[in-house]
Amino acid sequence: MSARLNFASSVLAALSGVAYGAPFQNALLPAGVQADHVHTLWLIMLGTCTVVFIALFTAFVAALWRAPRSTEETPPQTSRTTGTERGATRAVALGAALSIAGLLGLLVASVVTDRALAGLPLKDGLVIEVNGQQWWWQVTYAPGDPSRTFETANELHIPVGRPVLLKLQSPDVIHSFWVPNLAPKKDLIPGRTLTLTLRADTPGVYRGQCAEFCGYQHAKMAFLVIAEEPAQYEQWAQSQHDSAKEPADAVRKRGRQVFMESPCVMCHAIQGTRANARTGPDLTHVASRMTLAAGTLPNTRGHLAGWITNPQQVKPGANMPAVTLPADDLQALLTYLESLK
Amino acid sequence: MSRDIPVGRGEPSPDENGKLERAWGTPPGLVGWLSSIDHKVIGYRFIVTAMAFFAAGGILAALMRLQLAVPENSLIGPDLYNQIFTMHGTTMMFLFAVPVMQAMGVYLVPLMVGTRNIAFPRLNAYAYWIYLFGGLMIYTAFALDIGPDAGWFSYPPLAGPEFSPGKRVDFWAQLITFTEVSGLLTSIVLITTILKLRAPGMTLDRMPLFVWAILVTSFMIMFAMPAIMFASTGLITDRLVGTHFYNPAEGGDAMLWQHLFWFFGHPEVYIIFIPALGFISSIIATFARRPVFGYPVLVLSMIATGFLGFGLWVHHMFATDAPELGKSFFTAASMIIAIPTALQIFCWITTLWNGRLNFRVPLLFVLAFFFILVIGGLTGIMLASGPLDLQVHDTYFVVAHLHYVLIGGAVFPLFGAFYYWFPKITGRMLNERLGRWNFWLFFIGFNVTFFPMHHLGLYGMPRRVYTYPANVGWSDLNAVATLGAVVIAVSMLLFLVNVIRSYRSGARSPHDPWSAPTLEWATASPPPVYNFARIPIVASREPLWGPSGIVGRVDGLSMDPPENLVTCVLDAAPDHRSVYPRPGIWPFLSAVATTVLFVGSIFTPWAIVWGAVPVAIALTAWFWPGKDEIDEHLALERKP
Amino acid sequence: MSRPQEQVVDATQLPSYAFGNRSLMWWGTFGMMAIEGMVFALACIVYFYVRTRVDEWPPDALPPELVWGTANTLLMLLSLVPNEWTKRAAEAEDLPKVRIGMWICVGFGTAFLLLRTLEFTALNVRWDTNAYGSAVWMLLALHTIHVATDFWDTTVLAVLMMQDRIEGKRYVDVSENGMYWYFVVLAWLPIYAIIYFGARVH
Ligand code: HEA
Ligand code: HEA
Ligand code: HEC
Ligand code: CUA
Ligand SMILES: [Cu+2]
Repeated sequence: MSARLNFASSVLAALSGVAYGAPFQNALLPAGVQADHVHTLWLIMLGTCTVVFIALFTAFVAALWRAPRSTEETPPQTSRTTGTERGATRAVALGAALSIAGLLGLLVASVVTDRALAGLPLKDGLVIEVNGQQWWWQVTYAPGDPSRTFETANELHIPVGRPVLLKLQSPDVIHSFWVPNLAPKKDLIPGRTLTLTLRADTPGVYRGQCAEFCGYQHAKMAFLVIAEEPAQYEQWAQSQHDSAKEPADAVRKRGRQVFMESPCVMCHAIQGTRANARTGPDLTHVASRMTLAAGTLPNTRGHLAGWITNPQQVKPGANMPAVTLPADDLQALLTYLESLK
Repeated sequence: MSRDIPVGRGEPSPDENGKLERAWGTPPGLVGWLSSIDHKVIGYRFIVTAMAFFAAGGILAALMRLQLAVPENSLIGPDLYNQIFTMHGTTMMFLFAVPVMQAMGVYLVPLMVGTRNIAFPRLNAYAYWIYLFGGLMIYTAFALDIGPDAGWFSYPPLAGPEFSPGKRVDFWAQLITFTEVSGLLTSIVLITTILKLRAPGMTLDRMPLFVWAILVTSFMIMFAMPAIMFASTGLITDRLVGTHFYNPAEGGDAMLWQHLFWFFGHPEVYIIFIPALGFISSIIATFARRPVFGYPVLVLSMIATGFLGFGLWVHHMFATDAPELGKSFFTAASMIIAIPTALQIFCWITTLWNGRLNFRVPLLFVLAFFFILVIGGLTGIMLASGPLDLQVHDTYFVVAHLHYVLIGGAVFPLFGAFYYWFPKITGRMLNERLGRWNFWLFFIGFNVTFFPMHHLGLYGMPRRVYTYPANVGWSDLNAVATLGAVVIAVSMLLFLVNVIRSYRSGARSPHDPWSAPTLEWATASPPPVYNFARIPIVASREPLWGPSGIVGRVDGLSMDPPENLVTCVLDAAPDHRSVYPRPGIWPFLSAVATTVLFVGSIFTPWAIVWGAVPVAIALTAWFWPGKDEIDEHLALERKP
Repeated sequence: MSRPQEQVVDATQLPSYAFGNRSLMWWGTFGMMAIEGMVFALACIVYFYVRTRVDEWPPDALPPELVWGTANTLLMLLSLVPNEWTKRAAEAEDLPKVRIGMWICVGFGTAFLLLRTLEFTALNVRWDTNAYGSAVWMLLALHTIHVATDFWDTTVLAVLMMQDRIEGKRYVDVSENGMYWYFVVLAWLPIYAIIYFGARVH
């Protein structure tokens, strides 16, 4: 399809409320109650504003149409010859009255939506702490509950139908947490904890992205929210809670050794090993994730290798240095990391 | 209508004219050139400089569009892209939009109110030089790869010492100081001119709407810009001497910056918008061949917008933890401000409806306003709604909104104003055919560029990203937007060609080519250095329309040394004479000294101390009267 | 085209300067005061904003010592007497009195600056200790800049008034200088209260 056709169809699509962009990162395709409230508000806004625009534009075109033409030579009417112009006064007053009514309507719609958003019941909600940092997301489930807590990065799993309370924090600069299909956004502000509530109602994989400019790699600070059936979610949570398995074979053992002996250990944690640094993402279950480096790469062995050997090429400025390893060490490391399911 | 110059019967003799030329004129040579304090010369330079920055900002925009044309593009990397979008936003807001509006005021207001020169002409020249030097400083930094890269609102902590080491943000913060000093001084100059130098008989309710617009804008600047000056000073001391205003670890707060910035930033957008409303009123009146309907409504609407504009700032911060109730208040306030805008739009449509229309290029540009600004205003209403804003905040939806309002609300009317006043400024007409091409390409290109951005925002595209993946469905619309930007660039090139050609060899313009109502058209095109040999006495809002507009003249002002008439604030009754300074180099030298202080302080705080010495010397020399001058003045003196 | 009888204003009959808000100078000074007053107001608001962000006030510091600040405040209030006296002398165009008054004001200005230096040493907090320190130093520094510029203006004007040929509009300058002096002193009162008692009142 040509760009122009796409454009035209996107206009039509938007006007009819159907989305054209990708379904997994789209405010017009709500998959959760909060996004749904806002979507309804959007339709009200769009409808009202379309009516206002058409009315105003019609009056404008009619004015141009009916007014006689002139040149510089046409003698001007002056204040004294134009008189009081009752009709004009009435038209302006009517327009003002209608505008006030319209705006009042939109204000009410907006406040009602605000109430609805705040009214999401949080009973037996899931609490997740999200730490946005340059340029990845540290995610802690059940913070403060040692028996259930675990940490992951750049990927949230949530059970469908259950409310989620996100506690948003930042150790460095301001970021913003935004999954358009599920909920409106909220900033992560250093020195404060903000909260965001959401509930996914349709299972699926939704992409989110940092929305507040946060420096160099703001463009590549994405994440995924995977909304799944509660049973599936529980299974996932259990597996994430477990420590990393003991390496099953020599190659993997070697891989772990490489990890522990190279700079990796200074920044990353792998539960069940002595690696417990928190500068970079927790890698205990890195192989279970769909992407690498905050949504930058699909999680495959090739990309993992590329990332480890040269993160600065994949994501210039990222806070992970390139680490050079002998070829077989690298292979062993990759095999080990791939086993961290 | 007669085509003779209406102000000037009872004309001075050629000899007197020569005297006036000498007293008000710019001396020859480079030093003379730097010494000029004629508001037309300064205003003209101001406009040209602002347009040069517009071209620079526009070229940066074109580069961004090229980078974003396709996904995963490697044309421009993150480091350069971040500098480019920051420079684009900063240039457009601080070096183009506000200055160009003030510049038009500096050029036009004294002519429109019928005075010989602006109030405090040396301060006016100083303000121009400060602005120029600030702009040159930031572009020098950019050329040396130390351009700012934290966005046009540079939120700390990102812009703070820890996360933006190096000098980049310091240059940005200091640019703010330059532009604010310039903007604030210019607003004092304009307010004094408007309140104290109007021609006798031009009571407040006879002032042209453009003059009202500049008056409201200047007051807004006076109360808005101190906030950003304070904010950027705090930022620079945080960065250079270790204060903690925005450092949460030491009791400061990142949100403090946002409050201060937007307390300025929101009024800022109306500071750009309101002068454009003045252009629209001027142009519609002339080309509908009748006064604009509802003069008091328009004046009150502008004043209301000026006040309300200070009550909306939190609508830029809905995604932070501002209290819910407060957010609803700011939603309501943001919607209320639509009412004065709506009233003005209704009055203009009514004027067009009852007018007789002359579809020349200036009118075309103004008519585009009714399409583009209304769309932008309506998306503004959507953004004003807290919940909806939280979906589209910091996305391309906001980028679409801001260009619809800024370009539709300010740039299109500004181009209309150029076509309208170019003959007054240069004495030549811009080419009408090229003008129409310029207009239509701009109009079409604009909508093709920015309309799809609404969708991009709803489809999840954040702003300020240097690239995006291929699988998120943004590629086509971005390609379309880039295509549109090319069309805009072509239209801008046509404008440039038109200006250059017409300046050299365009048709000569009579003093009043459009048969317009206001006083600037009552003097020659281009106007003589002293504007009016005899200050007119006016008796209506449209002094050039109808026989009883200009009812007399002021005699007896000294030709040499230059003297101007000061009138009363409300009724513009003649009050006293004021001897004007002659051109002088000190405003320029003071600006150089100030620049040394400002730029030096980026590198060491001690520059504030030693830099103050040359500044104090220059300012004192500026103030100090010459011996001959005192004699001249004493000869003219008459006690109150 | 025929026109009605032209009105003619004869400007030679008008005075060549005027006092108060009739003069351009008044409006220029007024503009500066509005801008600077806004800056002061913001600086005060920032002080209170910072205060909402911490539990203990003043954080990690003793309140500023009162002695120098209070002495300076009293001196500033006292200076309003010669200031008003000079302003009136200027409006009466009484040159000898203006000269005496101006130099008295210069003397007061010198004393303000000396005391101000001592004030900075008595704040009990550094600008880089914490945000409270930054806010206090900013308030005091902003005001000091005004005291210093006003001191310089006054000195230059005082020297100018010693010349033998004085234009009438110089008296307007002296009068506006007096108005600005009022501004500098009156703006100090809330700043004084905030710096010295903001840290004491809970
Ligand atoms: C000329 C500049 C200009 C103008 C005039 C406006 C006008 C308005 N703007 Fe806009 N705005 C900007 C420039 C401007 N804006 C910029 C530059 C930004 C981005 C800054 C940044 O982040 O970089 C911004 C961002 C911005 C935001 C923050 C978005 C975000 O970051 O999330 C909001 C939110 O409320 C907003 C609202 C409004 C509103 C309500 C108006 C209103 O004044 C509009 C009023 C006009 C109308 C509504 C049309 C006519 C009215 C009628 C016909 C009446 C009938 C109407 C109805 C019944 C609906 N603007
Ligand atoms: C008055 C203000 C103004 C104006 C006129 C413009 C004009 C344009 N803007 Fe800008 N824009 C802003 C104010 C403005 N912008 C602001 C405040 C931001 C936010 C910044 C931030 O986030 O910090 C922004 C951000 C912004 C972005 C988002 C960047 C991002 O978030 O990553 C984009 C992207 O497309 C863009 C594009 C454009 C384009 C294509 C034009 C075009 O209309 C430009 C047309 C002009 C020209 C092309 C120049 C004139 C040309 C000549 C004289 C001839 C020679 C030129 C060539 C041959 C190319 N702008
Ligand atoms: C100086 C700190 C540092 C060192 C050393 C380091 N990393 Fe990282 N690592 C990071 C940071 C920070 C990120 C997140 C980068 C981003 O996405 O912007 C990261 C991301 C990763 C990721 C992607 C995780 C995810 O879920 O997206 C992997 C895998 C990884 N590192 C493995 C390694 C390995 C293997 C080594 C050693 C060979 C290593 N890292 C060394 C800091 C470091
Ligand atoms: Cu994090 Cu943008
Ligand atoms: Cu705003």
